[in-house]
Amino acid sequence: MTAKSDLPQGTLDLLVLKVVGLGPVHGYAIAQRLQQVSRDVVQVPQGSLYPALHRLENRGLLAADWNETETGREAKFYRLTRKGRAQLETEAASWQRLTEAVGLILGMAEGGAE
Amino acid sequence: MIWWQRLWRRKQMEEQLDKELSFHLDQHVADLIASGHHPEEARRQARLALGGPQQVKEQCRDARGTRWLEDLLQDFRYSLRTLRQRPGFAAVTLCTLALGIGATTVMFTVIHGVLLKPLSYPEPERLVALHGVTEKYGDQWGFSYPNFLDCKRESQSLAPMAAWRYGGGTVSEPGQAEYVDGREISSELFAVFGVALSRGRAFLPEEDRPGAAPVAIISYGLWQRRYGASPSAIGTPIVFDGKLYTVVGIAPAGFQLDGSADVFTPLGQVTEARMQNRAANFLRVVARLGPGVTLDQAQAELALISRHLAEQYPDVDAGRGFEAQQLRQELVGDVRPTLWLLLGAVSLVLLIACVNVASLLLARAVSRERELAMRVALGAGRGRLIRQCLTESAVLGLCGGALGVLLAAIGIRPFVLLWPGSLPRAEEVRLDWNVLLFAVGASLASGLLFGLAPALRAPARELEQTLRAGARTVTGSSRRLHSGFVMSEIALAVVLLVAAGILDRTVLRLSSLDPGINIHNVLATRVALAPGALQKDPARIRAAWQDVLERSRRVPGVQSVALADIIPMREGYNGLGYWTSAAPPLPNQMPIALASTVTPDYLKVMGIPLRHGRFFDGHDRMDTERVVVIDEVLAQHAFGALDPVGKRLWIQAIGPTKVVGVVGHVRHWGLAGDDQSQVRDQIYYPFAQVSDALMRLFSTFMSMAVRTSIPPLNVVEPMRRELRGGTGDQILYEVRTMEQLASSSLARQRFLLTLFGIFAGLALLLACIGIYGVLAYVTSQRVPEIGLRMALGASARDVMRLVLGQSLRMIFVGVGVGLGTAFAAARLLEKLVAGVRSTELSTFASMISVLVAAALVASFLPARRASRVDPITALRQD
Repeated sequence: MTAKSDLPQGTLDLLVLKVVGLGPVHGYAIAQRLQQVSRDVVQVPQGSLYPALHRLENRGLLAADWNETETGREAKFYRLTRKGRAQLETEAASWQRLTEAVGLILGMAEGGAE
Repeated sequence: MIWWQRLWRRKQMEEQLDKELSFHLDQHVADLIASGHHPEEARRQARLALGGPQQVKEQCRDARGTRWLEDLLQDFRYSLRTLRQRPGFAAVTLCTLALGIGATTVMFTVIHGVLLKPLSYPEPERLVALHGVTEKYGDQWGFSYPNFLDCKRESQSLAPMAAWRYGGGTVSEPGQAEYVDGREISSELFAVFGVALSRGRAFLPEEDRPGAAPVAIISYGLWQRRYGASPSAIGTPIVFDGKLYTVVGIAPAGFQLDGSADVFTPLGQVTEARMQNRAANFLRVVARLGPGVTLDQAQAELALISRHLAEQYPDVDAGRGFEAQQLRQELVGDVRPTLWLLLGAVSLVLLIACVNVASLLLARAVSRERELAMRVALGAGRGRLIRQCLTESAVLGLCGGALGVLLAAIGIRPFVLLWPGSLPRAEEVRLDWNVLLFAVGASLASGLLFGLAPALRAPARELEQTLRAGARTVTGSSRRLHSGFVMSEIALAVVLLVAAGILDRTVLRLSSLDPGINIHNVLATRVALAPGALQKDPARIRAAWQDVLERSRRVPGVQSVALADIIPMREGYNGLGYWTSAAPPLPNQMPIALASTVTPDYLKVMGIPLRHGRFFDGHDRMDTERVVVIDEVLAQHAFGALDPVGKRLWIQAIGPTKVVGVVGHVRHWGLAGDDQSQVRDQIYYPFAQVSDALMRLFSTFMSMAVRTSIPPLNVVEPMRRELRGGTGDQILYEVRTMEQLASSSLARQRFLLTLFGIFAGLALLLACIGIYGVLAYVTSQRVPEIGLRMALGASARDVMRLVLGQSLRMIFVGVGVGLGTAFAAARLLEKLVAGVRSTELSTFASMISVLVAAALVASFLPARRASRVDPITALRQD
């Protein structure tokens, strides 16, 4: 649990979109999934998860329905809209490009010392 | 969900948010318990992980994107609540605003209906009116029939084009004889306006010629009135001015040219000699711009046509041009400046009202300062507070505006009726969406205006001080703002007061002017001879007129009677060129005089003084020498110091004449307008010497002037009976007393004076209330200070002087600022209203002393209250 870094600005939306993209899921499960997948490296403040969900829903990237969970309680399940899927693809691609570029620059800095 | 749905389902959304978050918490707690935590500990950890539930919810609400609207609604409800809590404050501000906005809305409604709204014809922007323009006398000219025909034939860009002239006559069949207004129109008139007749057809081109079958179109109103709206009216005969016409069409309901008319006949069938006279400019012309043609292009084409005409007919058309103007402007005429003037004045009243409300709000804001500081301390942002203040003033403004619109809806009809003469396009003046939009805009703008100062005072810094300080401390900046408000109110009031004062002076001065006639006990009425008599030969017509004169003299109360073609200060005039030598110049270079043909008693009836020579008598007949009498203005222009009596005068359309007398000048153009008018020379010539050829034409518009020994309106009914004639269709119409005509010639000035008087009174009242309110407030805040002064030895008189001095400073600064603006306003009035002189300094002085006196009275009460402060209680108070 040591040295958990903060989530870079703007990436929470991307992560949420990615997780929701795997299938309809409620808020608590998204928090759990994010924590598990990121192997406790990335700190997702649960408090900012819900505003993010509502914001994405408001922008039409997510849609939500109230359904029963396996334990029989009603929960709000989020799913990706078509617009959300498109957004996820473009954002994922640009994230990919960004990390590659950052990696490249970092690698060059070591070699460039010669 | 669409954003507005979210607004309505706010409660549901709150419940869902709650449910979602508690589901999260429960789930987390359950998981933690499952992994071996103690339930208490599990709950604690889960809450920690999620964070404060209220903050999370608040962020979620922000994420909805409709937050501002929800806040707005909240602020709205809050301000309604605060208004209800202080009904006195609410009543005063709402009444002030309702008056201001109501008056402004009335003025805008009139301006919108009269000036701004497009005419209710198809493609109204393409309708134009055409005028003749000469270098010497400007653009007051109509068209002569030959010039009209030439322009119509030559013009490509203005088609169709139509002409009409004013007429009128007696409809004697079917039904009772009745005098109605008529128009002689060319065949394409309805096509120009683009309107279809409501029944039947328009005139055909071949009917618009001499000798064609006599046909007539009647107005919708006449059709309803005389034919009971029967469809079979088409094709039936109508006797108009003794002539038989066949009705071929019914004009559209409400159709108007220059005023309404009931009978339309073809212009081309008129056989008078002046239809062929290129110099007789008596027609009004309208046209429609062709597709894609601009007004400038049409103008250029008209210039070309007028150049051709000038080459062809240099004696009459040289120096004459034609001008096209938007028909709407033509119809509206000279009411435009009056309307804008009134809107300006009314806006000043609204501005004063706003300033007043602003100072009331500011006083309230100062006493609410601690409340606001408390809210900032609890976390409200400054922007949020400003927004709340502005919402409050917008609510005030809108409520005031709603009341104002109500006032306007009630007040608009009486206002239009009050308008001197008839307001053009009055039927278009009504409240509609545009007006409502204007009212809402004015209300919001006012709200912003008076709400801004208090809103910007929302505390930002030195919270602690504000919270700690007593609520009664007035900071220097708010006192400055308050006196700023008072000063601007005074300045605005000065402008309105001075304007009202100037108009008052003007009306006083103008009504004391000598009209040149004795207006008391004189009746002026038009006479329509029995149509049967009109068809007879000239000698019979002369006899008919002689009969009218003799019968009138027999009516009890009548002293003397005369006929005249024009009556002073009434609409209508006949301008003729004149010259003093046998070789007259071209008609377009002649000086022009008002020519009036009268019977010998005219001078006696009107009470016009005879200066030299003689007036007409029974010896001036067709077979004697042509004689004229001129007024002193023409005598001065034409003969200078020489004695005109016995000199010769050549007059257009009359020929050589001998001047036999000089009489006093008559203010024909009204008390206000005569000094500025272009045509002031006057010529009288005997009715007995009107040529046989013109006798019938003249007889269609002759009037009668009657001097009475009893109130003139009392002789009207006996005279109507006496003159009705054997066939019962000889009619008096447009019956007026000369006193009515003289006073209506000042109607515009009086009307403006009344309104400006009301506005100025309102402004004075509001300014006084403002001064009183501000002083009362500021002095009550200064009670501890005053108490201290008194404890240190100041007398009641010193305190009075202190408060009054403070008020005097505000008043004088306000007056100083207002004076400059008032001078500018006076200049504007001088330009727009005939007879106004802006340089009467005594008016300024008297109006300002009225204002200062009123303002001092308003400040006296607070000052006296301050002087009666008991030092002990005052010092203990805080």
